[in-house]
Amino acid sequence: MKNTGTLKVNTPTDREIVMTRVFDAPRRMVFDAFSKPELLKRWFGPWGWCLVVCDVDLRVGGGFRFVMRGPDGREMGMRGVYREIVAPERSVHMESFDDYPGESQVTAVFAEQRGKTTLTATVLYPSKEVRDAVIKSGMEHGAAESYDKLAELLASPEAGSTEKASG
Amino acid sequence: MNSSQRLDATFAALADPTRRAILARLASGEASVSELAKPFAMTQPAISKHLKVLERAGLISQWRNAQCRPRRLEAKPLAAATDWLENYRRFWEEQFQRLDTLLDEMKAKEKKRARKKR
Repeated sequence: MKNTGTLKVNTPTDREIVMTRVFDAPRRMVFDAFSKPELLKRWFGPWGWCLVVCDVDLRVGGGFRFVMRGPDGREMGMRGVYREIVAPERSVHMESFDDYPGESQVTAVFAEQRGKTTLTATVLYPSKEVRDAVIKSGMEHGAAESYDKLAELLASPEAGSTEKASG
Repeated sequence: MNSSQRLDATFAALADPTRRAILARLASGEASVSELAKPFAMTQPAISKHLKVLERAGLISQWRNAQCRPRRLEAKPLAAATDWLENYRRFWEEQFQRLDTLLDEMKAKEKKRARKKR
């Protein structure tokens, strides 16, 4: 698999998470992939989950609505409102999950250089509690599932003997 | 403290440049409060306050029996914080690799279209 840039994740404060990733494509394409439903459906969501609802109203004050369905039929919904859109360089939106209280603010900056795009996404959570709740459910679930899938692909007894995360 | 509260304490403690510098110093060996205060334009009580935050987060410990009470780094909470971030990183990297494939496809399509126009 081609891997142009590996993702960097930082936590400048206990309410923020900053992700930086380089994509080998012009930023108008990357911006489209983050905002057009037919493209979002192709990549967004945890491993094995698909976007069964993906509505995007890309304008300031407009919003989006996503519903993801997992392999076990479980659904996870999220929605958001756009605060700022400067296509294809920058967008700011608020987002929240159906199952958790609180909204987080997501600032995405797309910088292009020689045909490559650096995405810097800053997620500001309303509190540490919300950040932890969101990460614990969806994120860890997704990660665990992709490890399962990896183990399945490797199909060797050693592959399944990875250490379990504590806590 | 449960594991989530422990992570909170770890990240709160790490969210300060002075405390990160103290941890970096302790990574190369134990040190007394006055040794730790030296590189900073800060009073010893100010440094002690930072040390208390780090200690509460379990990131450092002090040897109470020794006269100078040296501090040393505790590796476990840092490792837990790294695991947590690593999980988060993998979650997104996995999606971004799918996006890489999609972007390649989009570029190929555009090239094809451009060739047709000529």
